[in-house]
Amino acid sequence: MSVVVFTENWDGAFKKQSFEIATYAAKLAEMLQTDPIAISIGNVAEEELKKLGNYGIKKVVSVTDDKLKHFDGQLYTKAIADIAGKESAKVLVLANNNCGKALAPRLSVRLKAAICSAVHELPESVDPFVIKKRVFSGNAISRNELKTETKILTLAQNSIDIEEKPETVVIEAFTPEMGDLSSSIQVQETEKQTGKILLTDAEIVVSGGRGMKSSDNWAPLEELADLLDAATACSRPVSDEGWRPHEEHTGQTGKIVAPNVYFAIGISGATQHLAGVSSSKYIVAINNDKDAPIFEAAQYGIVGDAAKILPQLVEAVKELKSS
Amino acid sequence: MNILVCISHVPDTTTKVKFSENNTKLDTAGVQWVINPWDELSLTRALELRDDPATGVKKVSVAHIGTANTEPTIRKALAIGADDAYRVNTEAIDAYQVAAELAEVVKNGAFDIILCGIESSDHNGSNVGGMLAEFLEYPSVSGISHLSVEQGNVFITREIDGGKQKLNLPVPFVGVVQKGIAKEPRIAAMRGIMQARTKPINVSEPMAAEAKCSTLNFEPPEPKADCRFIDPENPKELITILQNEAKVI
Ligand SMILES: Cc1cc2nc3c(=O)[nH]c(=O)nc-3n(C[C@H](O)[C@H](O)[C@H](O)COP(=O)(O)OP(=O)(O)OC[C@H]3O[C@@H](n4cnc5c(N)ncnc54)[C@H](O)[C@@H]3O)c2cc1C
Ligand SMILES: Nc1ncnc2c1ncn2[C@@H]1O[C@H](COP(=O)(O)O)[C@@H](O)[C@H]1O
Repeated sequence: MSVVVFTENWDGAFKKQSFEIATYAAKLAEMLQTDPIAISIGNVAEEELKKLGNYGIKKVVSVTDDKLKHFDGQLYTKAIADIAGKESAKVLVLANNNCGKALAPRLSVRLKAAICSAVHELPESVDPFVIKKRVFSGNAISRNELKTETKILTLAQNSIDIEEKPETVVIEAFTPEMGDLSSSIQVQETEKQTGKILLTDAEIVVSGGRGMKSSDNWAPLEELADLLDAATACSRPVSDEGWRPHEEHTGQTGKIVAPNVYFAIGISGATQHLAGVSSSKYIVAINNDKDAPIFEAAQYGIVGDAAKILPQLVEAVKELKSS
Repeated sequence: MNILVCISHVPDTTTKVKFSENNTKLDTAGVQWVINPWDELSLTRALELRDDPATGVKKVSVAHIGTANTEPTIRKALAIGADDAYRVNTEAIDAYQVAAELAEVVKNGAFDIILCGIESSDHNGSNVGGMLAEFLEYPSVSGISHLSVEQGNVFITREIDGGKQKLNLPVPFVGVVQKGIAKEPRIAAMRGIMQARTKPINVSEPMAAEAKCSTLNFEPPEPKADCRFIDPENPKELITILQNEAKVI
């Protein structure tokens, strides 16, 4: 019996998310009185794999099969399912990111396992297995019972704090039985976003809405983001107007983000916008209308003109950095 | 080449959600049902492809798992422009059961591209697309932000963690779409609404797939403290609070 966690790597390195899910798996394993085991796919140096041991992982099963060079949901599912079987996984944990969202449902069918996606806390009980998740775009929480022998969870980003729990970790190489299964996906071009913090990874997001008035006014917002190591985002009308690129739009029909702090500047706080940002730990709103609905979702607010306030925030962060 | 768009119907996002029967069921009184926004966008893109003769896409169908009272949603999809529809006559309980029923529709039909949305805006599952692919043992591509077809050849842009990837793959496959697939949802015109009345909805009985997950009850979201207002004459205070009290910068 075990708790198995799929820890994805990015060009051979783990990220904060990987350690979050490792921490989560270790805690869940404790609840189930079993061991947490991580799966790594791709070329990751032993030193890097060992880092998972800092967060309570006892064994890492490492797969370096060439067939798995590019992400293919069908092939990855086969590999992970084989390991889950071999390790008698009781619960399989994945990150609720692009890759985890693609794999978890496939694994659910292959392992005949019930799934609960985007969970943000540990189960309230393991027998019966009952766990909560946010539904209706954050307007309610559901309590769900997973009734199958094996269960699958995907963990929402930034929902639990990383905790160190050093373990001596065993690294085991594994070659899944791929048979004649091979990827039919032909990748022509991969465009990695470099030098910029990814919106879905960011701890801090600085986002602008129609209250920014025009694309010409974005310089102080970008400067603030830069100083805070934050990603930039926007509301839908802003990307529809072409003031900002489409990748930046958050909300029900855009990206769903859950940073530690989300700065909503000149954003009214429409339900469809909040649907994509309501899981943020803190929302900071800057809006010249004191009755804007965004203040109902925010923990901190300033009622005022964004054009005046933004430069002052930039100054304040500069001062903070130089002190 | 034929495209199947799987559509779920969801309460309009601005609906004030309320629950009944001891908070175990959604109170549907007064709920305005709409096509899940992502599915509306996939349908829009599928129709754009069908309407362009250079693509080789001939037909666009929609599939829905639901009881007869969900038919207005299907009619709406037909009015927007889908050629025909498939409905499996059963209540949708969980993603596993829905995907299993959808798999039967696909197996009994002739579809090359099967599209699902990234998530339903009600239970926010993100599960049906991937499950359907695994039931069918088809390849799947998720995070699709662009889909084009040129004489039967499929070209896709998908978002991966850390960037974008352009790829192509043979049919059949399941595509899970997200933002970017189409800009604005296509709206039903009067002619479409008239035509929709006579377009076929193929209803089949369920294979009684089993659900694996049950919702015990619903709770209100975590309570939130009132917003703390900072003097607009002194915005620096905000940075100090974020650093020293919230400890997030
Ligand atoms: C099906 C559907 C899906 C949608 N999906 C999304 C989505 O994913 N994401 C999204 O964002 N929207 C979405 N929308 C649109 C959404 O309903 C709102 O229209 C949109 O979020 C509003 O954007 P905004 O807050 O930037 O603009 P507005 O609502 O125009 O708000 C601008 C705000 O700026 C303030 N302001 C004005 N001047 C200043 C100033 N000088 N300084 C400070 N503040 C100022 C105003 O008081 C106002 O509150 C969707 C709508 C539908 C119907
Ligand atoms: N009852 C249903 N009938 C048909 N398709 C559905 C149904 N429920 C979900 N889907 C499809 O699955 C996608 C993701 O839904 P979910 O996994 O429920 O979040 C939706 O965008 C639809 O394409």
